This record gives sequence, structure tokens and C-alpha cells, in this order.
Amino acid sequence: MLSYLGRKLVQMLPVAFFVTVIVFSLTNLLPGDPTVTILGEQATPEQRAAVRVEYGLDQPAPIRYVTWLARVAQGEFGRSLRTREDVGAMLAARIPVTLQLGALSILIAVAIGVPAGILAARFRGGLIDVAASLVAMSSVAVPYFWMGVLLIMLFSLQLGWLPPSGYVRFLDDPAQNMKLMVMPALTIGTAFAALVMRQTRASMLQVLSMDYVRTARAKGLSEGLVLIRHALRNALIPIITVIGLQVGALLGGAVVTETVFALPGLGRMLVDGIFQRDFPVIQGAILFIVIAVFLVNLLTDMLYRAFDPRVEA
Amino acid sequence: MVAVIGSMPPSPVPEQRAPRSPGAIILRRILTSWQGQFGVVVLALIVTLGLLAPWIAPYSPTDIDPDAFSMPPSAAHWFGTDEIGRDVLSRVLHGATVSLQVVVFAIGLALIVGSALGLVSGWLGGRWDALIMRVMDAFLAFPLLVLALSIVAVLGPDLMNAMLAIAITKMPGFARLVRAEVLSLREVDYVVAARAAGASPSRILSRHIWPNVSGNVIVYGSLSASQALITESALSFLGLGVQPPTPSWGYMVATGIQFYQSWWMSFFPGLAIFMTVLALNFLGDAVRDAFDARLGDRND
Repeated sequence: MLSYLGRKLVQMLPVAFFVTVIVFSLTNLLPGDPTVTILGEQATPEQRAAVRVEYGLDQPAPIRYVTWLARVAQGEFGRSLRTREDVGAMLAARIPVTLQLGALSILIAVAIGVPAGILAARFRGGLIDVAASLVAMSSVAVPYFWMGVLLIMLFSLQLGWLPPSGYVRFLDDPAQNMKLMVMPALTIGTAFAALVMRQTRASMLQVLSMDYVRTARAKGLSEGLVLIRHALRNALIPIITVIGLQVGALLGGAVVTETVFALPGLGRMLVDGIFQRDFPVIQGAILFIVIAVFLVNLLTDMLYRAFDPRVEA
Repeated sequence: MVAVIGSMPPSPVPEQRAPRSPGAIILRRILTSWQGQFGVVVLALIVTLGLLAPWIAPYSPTDIDPDAFSMPPSAAHWFGTDEIGRDVLSRVLHGATVSLQVVVFAIGLALIVGSALGLVSGWLGGRWDALIMRVMDAFLAFPLLVLALSIVAVLGPDLMNAMLAIAITKMPGFARLVRAEVLSLREVDYVVAARAAGASPSRILSRHIWPNVSGNVIVYGSLSASQALITESALSFLGLGVQPPTPSWGYMVATGIQFYQSWWMSFFPGLAIFMTVLALNFLGDAVRDAFDARLGDRND
């Protein structure tokens, strides 16, 4: 297992190198003069020159890349050009929001997708199966932002149950926090439920045709017990894998969803950074997202190997 | 896995009439499946309405009516009006072609560049292969929308750049697919024979390898189309795609959300995106089934 992990990490090195090059070039090719962002339009050429030296903007690109990489490796992402806030501190403040959103979304996706998938597989070709796949087909076609609109229309306008947007920290007011998080989590969760449903259905169908399931039924176990204890347990690995591999998509969805519901998360930080041409902020946000996706994918891979002894380590 | 369209056996239809070309067989299969029919009909409808928008739209998409701010749907304005009195129906109609244009050009560009990189990578192997594929992997490490966002941020928000950004996010998929196919085809007897006969690499790639890869490339392209549309509308929604006053569905939803009590402002353009994505999804499935290729679709 450990040697596999080691090999995997070594394989990733060249890819990681190009990733940092892409992130660095993206933010260093930003059109517009960064000194305008920092000083505004009115500054004198002397002031601009001083700021260039302060931020190292007078150095050639490869040197800036190396110094930037060395700093990032030590967890220093620099300061926001606009607010002078430390990007690391900004990330620390925004990550919990996105983390909560992601966790709730996955929870909803699993709560809807797994039972629906089990039922669809159990009654294959029946009404439930057809209905579930129709709903799944539609829900993957709904853009996140439109799902958000539909939810606001239903829960805020029609029913008046939930506030349309905003954010309160969980520690400050748990009830209000959950109220505000329900719709964003549903927005992403329903789209993911479709994926989870499809995978659950597919892997359940595979497992249900196995001999040990027939044996379990033959010895008179109740259908529920057969489905949950015998079938689902073995069908779970691919389901977990699908969720793990889709974390990138989840973070992409968070960018849009956080904008719809005015949540101060990682995605919103990235979008704001882009609009304000605040390149340390953009770099920090993108880099964090890429690393997070990479780590989750790696973890999924390791879990897959740990759960299924048939996969060679 | 390998869709051998160049040498596909004659169609298994019982009554053998005039021999059909592979293209005609594929087209027939697409048009006889219900997914294909749904996709083609809905898309044709959207494209037609979009192209005819200047003539059939009841109002101009940019005309401001000071007497009709945020009016709910009515006989005069079927989809209502927006916050500055523009007719939502007319704007939805005018927005149709813009988004589809982006999708077609983005997928086309990604297909050409990605396939070319894949061919080169798979054929040359060695150092070039390693370099090209590591760069492609690096692009794939980014969530699709995050990469598209960052590219548009660099190039500046407009239609052309959104198209380019989507093309770049889709390019690695084509490159990987084509490379994998080339690697397996390199050792096939007729390729080895062609090489032994002294055929040039460009001739082998274009005459012997590409025809056997192109089927899967088309399938992958059509499966990617709906994803490209979702990305385009997300970019427009964030204000980084199509720029006002050009009407775009994503941007209309974004402004509509600020006036969420006027639900029609964001509901109808969103519905248009939903229907188009659904149609593209179905069409993609139909194309895949027609080629009988089994390719995983990337959903991020």
C-alpha cells in the first residue's frame, strides 16, 4: 500500500510541476497593470515603480515563478492586492463554508441517490426504475444556477420557509446557518444524486446477480436484509469511488452556487478575485482547489484498494 | 471499443437494398432512436427559432419600455419583462444562437487541436508523448469550470475568449482518447504493412489510423457538447461570457436572481438552457449508441 502511494506520488510530480506553471502563468498573464489595482489610477510613476519592486514585479517571469513556488511551498500565498489581507488567512476563513456546503451536498446526494438506486435496481424495468432514470436525466441537465432559482422560487417565494440568500456562521447561529445552507446544498446535492443513483443502480444490478445473493435469498432472509446487508455492502465501493472522483465537479458547482446564494466560500473568493484582478487571491484559491481535488482523488484511490482486497496494491 | 467505421460490415437490415455508406447507416440509427429524435427535433426547433428571432420575436431584445418594468407574464409579454422593461421572450429567442455557436466552435476547436496532439503523442511516443500527456494531465487536474474561469480571467471576458476557454478545457479529453487509440492501432498488421511499404507517417496517420479513430472522436465530441453548453452558460451567468447588451441565457438568469421576486426574469432563460442541454444529452447518447462505442463521460 505504502509503496503504491509512493509510486503514485512520484508519478504525479511532473503533472504537479505543469499545474504550478499553469497557475503561475494564468495569473501573471492577467491583462492590466497590477499597480493600478494596488494604488488606483492616480499614482505617480515613482510610486508604481516602488510597488513593482515591493511585489517583485520588476523581476523576470522565471525568477518570479521560482520565488513564488518557494513561498507557496511554505504555505505563504501572499497578500490580497486590494485589502492587504493575508491570502492564507482568507482561505482559512472561506474553506469551512465550502466544506460545509460540500459535505451537506454529498449527504443529500447519498440520501436520495442510494435508496433510489437500490429500488431502481430491485425493480429493474419497472415504474420506479423508469421514473428514477427520467428524473436523473433531467437533473443532470439543470444548470446549478437555475436549480438555485427554482429552489428560491419554491422555498422562499411560494412557501416562505427559507431566506433566499445570505450566510451566518454555524457557531454564531446554528439554526439560521442550516436554514441558509439547505438550498445551496440541495442545488448541488440533487445534481449529484443523479450520479449516485446511476452508479448505485449499476453496481447493485451487478451484485444482485451474484451467487451469494441467491444463497441469501434461498436460506429465507428477508428481502430488505438481502439488499442492505449482502448486496449494498459490496456495491458500496464503486459508489464511494464515484463520489470521490466527482469532488472536482462539486467544487466547480460551488463556484456557481456560492454566487447564487451569496455564500462567502472558496468559489466566491475565486470569482471576486477574478473580477478585481487580485492575482494572489486567484492563485491561492485555484491552487487550493487543485490540491484538494488531487488529495481527495488519491484518498479515493487508496480507499478503493483498502476496501477491495482483489485490487493489487 | 474501436468503432471500425471504415470497414463496417453491411448493415444488418434484412432487405438489402442499395449499399449504404457508413455515414448513412449511422445517421439512420441516430434518427430511428427516440433519444436521437428528441435531440434533433428540439435542437432544430431552438436553432430555427433563434435564427428567425429578428423576424418572429414580438419586440426588440434591447428596446427599453419605461412603462413596463418587471411585468409578470401577460398576453402582451408572454414571458414578462425584465427590470428595465425589455421583453423576456424576445431576449430568450435572440439568445439561442449565441450559446449554440459557442458550443459548436469550442467543441470543433478542441476536437481539432486535441486530436492532433493525440495523434502526434501516440505516434511519436517517447519524450514527446510524455511531455504532451503530462501537460494534458495538468489541465485535467483542474475542475472544468475553475479552469475555464481562470482562462477567461486572463484573456478578458467576451464571447470569443469563453469559446477558447471551453475549447482548452475539452482538449485534453480528445488528446487522451486519440492517443490511446493510436497506441493500439500502431501495432495492427495493416499499419505495420503500410509502414513496411514505405508510407509516410502523415499518410499512415491520415489514411490508416484516423478513419478508425474518428468514430470515437465524434462520439466523444457529441457527449461533450452538453457539458460545453453548461460551462458557457455558467461563464455567462458569472458575467465572464457573452457581454451585454447581447442577450445571453446565462446572464439573463444572473440579473434575474437579483430580482428574485420577478421569477419570470430568470425562470424562462433557465428553462431554455435546460431544454437545450437535455436535447444535447439525448443526441449525444443517440450518437454513442449509433457508433456502438462505450466511452465514459466526464461529468465535471
